[in-house]
Amino acid sequence: MSLLHLSEVTRTVIPPDQPALTILNGVDLTVEPGDRVSIVGRSGSGKSTLLNLMGLLDQPTSGTLTFDDRPVKSYSSAERDRVRGARIGFIFQQFNLLPGRTALENVTMPLLYASGTQFWRRKAIAAEMLEQVGLGHRLTSLPDRLSGGEQQRVAIARSLVRGPSLILADEPTGALDLDTGQTVMELIDDVATRTGAALVIITHDPAIATRARDHYRLDRGVLRRADAGVGERAAVLAVGGGGAAGPGASGASA
Amino acid sequence: MKRALTGFVGAVLEAWQELRIHRTRVLLSLIGVAVAVCSLTTVVALGAIVQQANEELSERSSGRPATLYLSAYSDGTGTGGGSGEIDGELMDATWADTLERYDVTYGSRVLSGSQNVGFVDGIVPVGVQAVDQPYGEMHRVRVSEGAWFTPGDALQLAPRLIVNQIFWERIGSPDLATHPTVKLGGQGAQPTTIAVVTGVTPVASYETEPSMFMLVDQFAAVQAADPTGGGGGAGGFVDPFAGGAQTQYEMWVPPALAEPLIPLLQRDFTAALGEGVQVDVFRQDFAQYGDDPFLVTKLVVGGIAVLVLLLGALGLVNIALVTVKQRVREIGIRRSFGATAGRVFFAVMMESVVATVAAGIAGVVAAVLVVQSPWVRDLVGQGMITDFPPFPVDAALLGLVAATAVGALAGLLPALVAVRVKVIDAIRY
Repeated sequence: MSLLHLSEVTRTVIPPDQPALTILNGVDLTVEPGDRVSIVGRSGSGKSTLLNLMGLLDQPTSGTLTFDDRPVKSYSSAERDRVRGARIGFIFQQFNLLPGRTALENVTMPLLYASGTQFWRRKAIAAEMLEQVGLGHRLTSLPDRLSGGEQQRVAIARSLVRGPSLILADEPTGALDLDTGQTVMELIDDVATRTGAALVIITHDPAIATRARDHYRLDRGVLRRADAGVGERAAVLAVGGGGAAGPGASGASA
Repeated sequence: MKRALTGFVGAVLEAWQELRIHRTRVLLSLIGVAVAVCSLTTVVALGAIVQQANEELSERSSGRPATLYLSAYSDGTGTGGGSGEIDGELMDATWADTLERYDVTYGSRVLSGSQNVGFVDGIVPVGVQAVDQPYGEMHRVRVSEGAWFTPGDALQLAPRLIVNQIFWERIGSPDLATHPTVKLGGQGAQPTTIAVVTGVTPVASYETEPSMFMLVDQFAAVQAADPTGGGGGAGGFVDPFAGGAQTQYEMWVPPALAEPLIPLLQRDFTAALGEGVQVDVFRQDFAQYGDDPFLVTKLVVGGIAVLVLLLGALGLVNIALVTVKQRVREIGIRRSFGATAGRVFFAVMMESVVATVAAGIAGVVAAVLVVQSPWVRDLVGQGMITDFPPFPVDAALLGLVAATAVGALAGLLPALVAVRVKVIDAIRY
């Protein structure tokens, strides 16, 4: 039983006064529970569109997308939202914390859409989650009082607070310096391992990508599997990074 | 069910959090609503007070519902009144019998006349309204100093006077506990009667002359002792009971009994006074017509209040729309963490409703403070209201309901905008 499965998925958009634009073309991908998947690709390759599809924020133009072996098309809009809230956690490059809310309130936010114990005990659960990411002493801090690394840790706590089975991380270290990025990645890895959640990281940073077990690269809307061998990994990442297109890619080829 | 409860509580919490964080903006936007609700509630409440004032004024002039007026006159053909006049004593006796027969507590004869009164600057004819003791209650006569006539006053040898403020000031505003007296009559060689002032009535701003109330029997006695005393001139004496038509007879009865009583009174008086006497019994109080006599006032006042509220709502919609556009990213983030479209719609709507309800409460409290302030009471009541009504509960409820409705209406448009937010674009935004 797969957690997430994409088969021949295509996503096309029609910009105004322009011909149709194919962003994803025949994408096949299977994510099993506990998997570690990295997808690299340069800007404009369709990474975010793929992430939105996997996060049930968008629907494929053609092909099949299943979550828990059930076609996503068969979900109603509200069901999709609820499944997303309960089973999927997002980590964004820009953290996307809610301004004006404390760290605790930010982590509590997803629990407001839960029901039962998770809803009624939301503050205790959120505080415990922040404790786990090492921010137990910053519960009442506002995002603008936190460092970049701390903000991302709050975002990680927020994405994990409902115990998702799939974590989608979009350039999770893109806004952090190298050291902080490494620390944050270790934290994500660690928490994902502890909770048994599958982790899909979309990045163009090869150093981040190498942490995964399964590697894919996305090039002009086409997703290809890269071999996990150490020697080939660098080559894949170099291609995935688009040669000299990004700092990560140039770093990998160096 | 569980999900609905947590959904509702969650939406309210979200709305409250949002309001708390943006309290300055919210406060500013809500000032308009609070002012509108305050105006609406104040206007409605003042409307009720003005209505009470109008009722009291009407009741002072024509009695409280239901007041029956009785008059009788002879058409000169029967045995009752000789040359067209009705025997006053017979009329009075019949009236007394009737009040007793029907167990009517509140009945009064009313007679207008004039009586010479000796002031320090000379003898002045003063308008007199001669009444029976229950008249004060029947017409809500307000006494600012002293007290209205008591049943025992009729037995006093010195007539009792309830004078108006002007009269009282003219005799030097004496303390009524000292039983101040004035001389009645005394024109030329005529005898004078010493009368005791026992009460003072306030005057409306348009009144300039002294006037007074006397008990009918005492007035009659004074007039009988000094036939020139009334009307202020020789030959001015008019026998107040020469013909029942000059004396009005009124009784205050429960409104439900008024209609059945009319034919009974007509029958009894006709029987007592004999043939050839025409007896009229009619109502003259403001409630005699079934329609609400203040309907137009209410409609005008209500119309103004609704306009004020609509203006407040327009301001709120304006600000709410701008705010939602600034919150697209936040809405996107919430959607990505499982907020359904319905939930986002409800939360944005709740923000508006929670805020306007808070503003509504503030507005109603302000309205209560305004309406209950002594200054406003004096302004509206002009000192003429005896039973100042408490702040009308329906006005307060109307204010709160209106605030909630405005919140829901003003939240609808921004909530629709919020639901249409594309999550993907919002997060990237």
